[in-house]
Amino acid sequence: MSKLLEVKDLSVSFNTYNGEVQAVRGVSFDLNEGETLAIVGESGSGKSVTSSTLMGLLPKPAGIIKSGQILFQGEDLVKKSEKEMQKIRGKEISMVFQDPLSSLNPTMKIGNQIIEGLIKHQGMNRAEAKKKAIELLDQVGIPHPEIRVNQYPHQFSGGMRQRVVIAIALACNPKILIADEPTTALDVTIQAQILELMKEIQRNTKTSIIFITHDLGVVANVADRVAVMYAGKIVEIGTVDDVFYNPKHPYTWGLLGSMPTLDADDEELYTIPGTPPDMLNPPKGDAFAPRNEFALEIDAVMEPPMFKVSDTHYAATWLLHKNAPKIEMPESVRRRIEGFAKTGKKGGE
Amino acid sequence: MENNNLNNLPKELFKPLVRKEDTSETISKPSRTFGQEARRTLLKNKPAIISLILLIIIIIMSIVGPHMSEYGNDDQNLSRAKLPPHAPGLEKISWLGFDGTLTDDFKGSTVEEAKSKAIARFDNQEKFIDFKVKSKGNGERNSAEVEATYHVYDAKGMGDQYFWLGTDHLGRDQWTRLWLGTRVSLIIAFVAAILDLLIGVTYGGISGFFGGKVDNYMQRVIEVLVGIPNLVIILLMMLFMQPGIMSIVIALAITGWTGMARIVRGEVMKVKNQEFVLAARTLGTSNGSIIRKHLLPNISGIIIVNTMFSIPSAVFFEAFLSFIGLGIVPPNASLGSLINIGFQNLRIYPHLLVYPAILISLIMITFNILGDGLRDAFDPKMHK
Amino acid sequence: MARYILRRLGYMIVTLFIIATLSFFLMKMLPGSPLNAEDKLSEEQKAIVLEKYGLNDPVPVQYVRYLTGLVQGDLGISFKFDNTPVTQILLDRIGPSALVGFQAMVIGTILGIALGLIAAVFHNGFLDYTSTIIAVLGTSIPSFVFAGLLQYVFAVELGWFPVALWGEPEHTILPTIALAITPLATAARFIRTEMVEVLGSNYMLTAKAKGIGQAGRVWKHGFRNALIPLITVIGPMAVNIMTGSMVIEQIFAIPGIGEQFVSSVLVNDYPTIMGTTLLYAFAFIVIILIVDLLYGLIDPRIRVTGGNK
Repeated sequence: MSKLLEVKDLSVSFNTYNGEVQAVRGVSFDLNEGETLAIVGESGSGKSVTSSTLMGLLPKPAGIIKSGQILFQGEDLVKKSEKEMQKIRGKEISMVFQDPLSSLNPTMKIGNQIIEGLIKHQGMNRAEAKKKAIELLDQVGIPHPEIRVNQYPHQFSGGMRQRVVIAIALACNPKILIADEPTTALDVTIQAQILELMKEIQRNTKTSIIFITHDLGVVANVADRVAVMYAGKIVEIGTVDDVFYNPKHPYTWGLLGSMPTLDADDEELYTIPGTPPDMLNPPKGDAFAPRNEFALEIDAVMEPPMFKVSDTHYAATWLLHKNAPKIEMPESVRRRIEGFAKTGKKGGE
Repeated sequence: MENNNLNNLPKELFKPLVRKEDTSETISKPSRTFGQEARRTLLKNKPAIISLILLIIIIIMSIVGPHMSEYGNDDQNLSRAKLPPHAPGLEKISWLGFDGTLTDDFKGSTVEEAKSKAIARFDNQEKFIDFKVKSKGNGERNSAEVEATYHVYDAKGMGDQYFWLGTDHLGRDQWTRLWLGTRVSLIIAFVAAILDLLIGVTYGGISGFFGGKVDNYMQRVIEVLVGIPNLVIILLMMLFMQPGIMSIVIALAITGWTGMARIVRGEVMKVKNQEFVLAARTLGTSNGSIIRKHLLPNISGIIIVNTMFSIPSAVFFEAFLSFIGLGIVPPNASLGSLINIGFQNLRIYPHLLVYPAILISLIMITFNILGDGLRDAFDPKMHK
Repeated sequence: MARYILRRLGYMIVTLFIIATLSFFLMKMLPGSPLNAEDKLSEEQKAIVLEKYGLNDPVPVQYVRYLTGLVQGDLGISFKFDNTPVTQILLDRIGPSALVGFQAMVIGTILGIALGLIAAVFHNGFLDYTSTIIAVLGTSIPSFVFAGLLQYVFAVELGWFPVALWGEPEHTILPTIALAITPLATAARFIRTEMVEVLGSNYMLTAKAKGIGQAGRVWKHGFRNALIPLITVIGPMAVNIMTGSMVIEQIFAIPGIGEQFVSSVLVNDYPTIMGTTLLYAFAFIVIILIVDLLYGLIDPRIRVTGGNK
């Protein structure tokens, strides 16, 4: 597996009326061919901003990339002009957004919205493009595609619309598909269908997927690797097995512990008190410290660097420093993880 | 990983953190009431504030202005009719137009012919006319052109008398009449707007609050009324009544309330169905209290904005009515009647039209900008 | 759909009926008769005139006669212009009003849309600021002030056009400009607001994520969606033009319906007044109906309902 995407030390801020909001602060990760990387975090953790930045979709003039590189097939996307990015968007890298209803142009036929990209990037004529559009609708599981292709978004149900959005995104066979909370707005049963669809697509086309979500259950279902984000930074990253069976960051413990599952015992749900910090004035030291029951004195002074747990697994917590006290994950979380291992499920299914 | 630096960190730092206070739930923005937010947003809106200041100046002038000169509204004196503006101090700046002179271009086949036309027009006062030859001409018709400036105040021996904005065809001081006219126009507009407010809010409120059949019938009535353009109804009303302040106010009030009623009805229905009203009702609050404490505060913003916009509309209609002779008729002054007189004298004495026109435009522009600003101020999405 | 149209037509007829009835009884209550135009008639001659106009019959009879006449398109005889049916007067005068009104509507709307587009695309920039100012001035400055300004600058000072004449095509230029300002300002403001909202919408972001360039986004995705709601504003704009024409025709001495209406009000020529009122009401209601239907045809969300779920 070769590296398709390398993000190095990316920092993004927004110039707002009240000052500079540091949305992303030094994020680094890689994406390999054919794999699905999930980025998990609460609202405000910076996950959506990261994905927008990858495609150059930051709202201007407010959003600026302060530093870092985004190496896609060896080229730095940060340095590319708008025109160059237009050649990449939709063709090499595609995006699926959260709300399928507002993501589609309400007065344009579905077919035309798919055809638009095909004509622009693949140079097809209308007839070829329309044929391809019907094929795509069929691939994403829409019945009677030849009729549907001439319909408008409001004539589709929510799940169908999201399938259409996926069809549009995949039209030109992109190397990377970024899915920003694609199932959050959908019913749970539809959610499952869409996830299955995405897995099937990946099997067939080997597209790499960056999957952004706040739902760990979804992560367990689709992802190969996971990055956990908090307050603009990645706090833990590894394979799904690494993170689910051997989490090292207290925030990850909190996330795992607070997933409601059917086989939880009659104990209380483990919750993380408080709310994410204000990124207008990021706190000194570790941003998670105020909510971290395992915080150390050094957390108030210095941000923890990434500590290596294994070749695939890294976590940014002072607890991994050799001088740190040996702290184990809370009992409830440990039992939860044992429950995963026993049933072979990682919750949410 | 920078292991060296990491290894040098003092061991005490690795003890569990002792918390002084829980800073995780502090709210960073200061909390303000809706009214305060609205005021802040408005104050930040520079055009709106400028408009507000201008409006206040105009209102003050309409009260004070007429008293600033020694002439009354109806002081007629034909010997000083149709004088151009003459203001002390400003008369020194010739291009401003306050120097008490009349200027016009005259054409003829020769310069002499052009000049004689000018002299004929300007009271045969050749001594007080300055000529500037613009084109010498060659004997053809209208080839020679001459610009003549008539020092009319000096010619009439009134060099030391000042009419700041000139006089009209009956010798009445324009400054006085302008501000009196503004006063009348503003009073009519304000009273009409308030009547619109009262009628509209009541009608729309009842219609929206009770809904069902009541609402249905009330809405049909509005539809019929709205089916005829306002101006038509106003003109019809004026047929009934003698021209005058009261009749104009009534005519305006009868046609203007429909907009407000519709908006209020819409808002009431929207708010009525919101959950906090349901909650209040569950707690046993009476209808009256619900209206007072829950509906009104939410609606007041829209009501204010709408009233703000109905004032320029009233000013316009009054001006038009007076313009065609159905509103305020001379000798009474209103901006519309002044503009009427101004149009009749447009070619030769443009100053009679210019000042009332500027004033009415200013009034309408400032109200519109202020209305826009208020609308933004009351919209929570625009609060920074 | 057909049922909806029928229902609207029904409302229309009811409204017109009510307005006609109100007009009739209003007329009856007002002092004034064909005798205003003539003085110095003997009693017998006056009686003959009243008889001719049917004014001696009991009111209900007059009412029925009035209504039947209406249905046949007969609006009565003018008090001022002897023996001239009101319908005739109106027909003679529709031409100039329609011409100027139509020109003003078309020019004003097209220019206004252009202005609004520019303002939205250069959001918060200098062009936006300028066009907003133009729009505010356009809706604030009263039409007769603006007309007066046009007259002064272009007719009196520059002499390019006559001050108030009618007959040649160029005589329509100044009045059209004066009348077009309001639709221009309304359209500009509206399009700007709509475009700004559309440009910030989610599907705009999707289009950008597909790699569509700015021109493609603004035109194919933005403009069409912003244009559709504009139809809802056309109704009020048309009313404005009708009202405005009364003012403009006065100032530029155009022999149109507006000018006729004003002069008949000033001489108490009631049949003409009522006839014109009915005409205005009719025109207004028809325009609203057409606009509503048009909207249903153009917006796919309304035109194509349901579908396979």
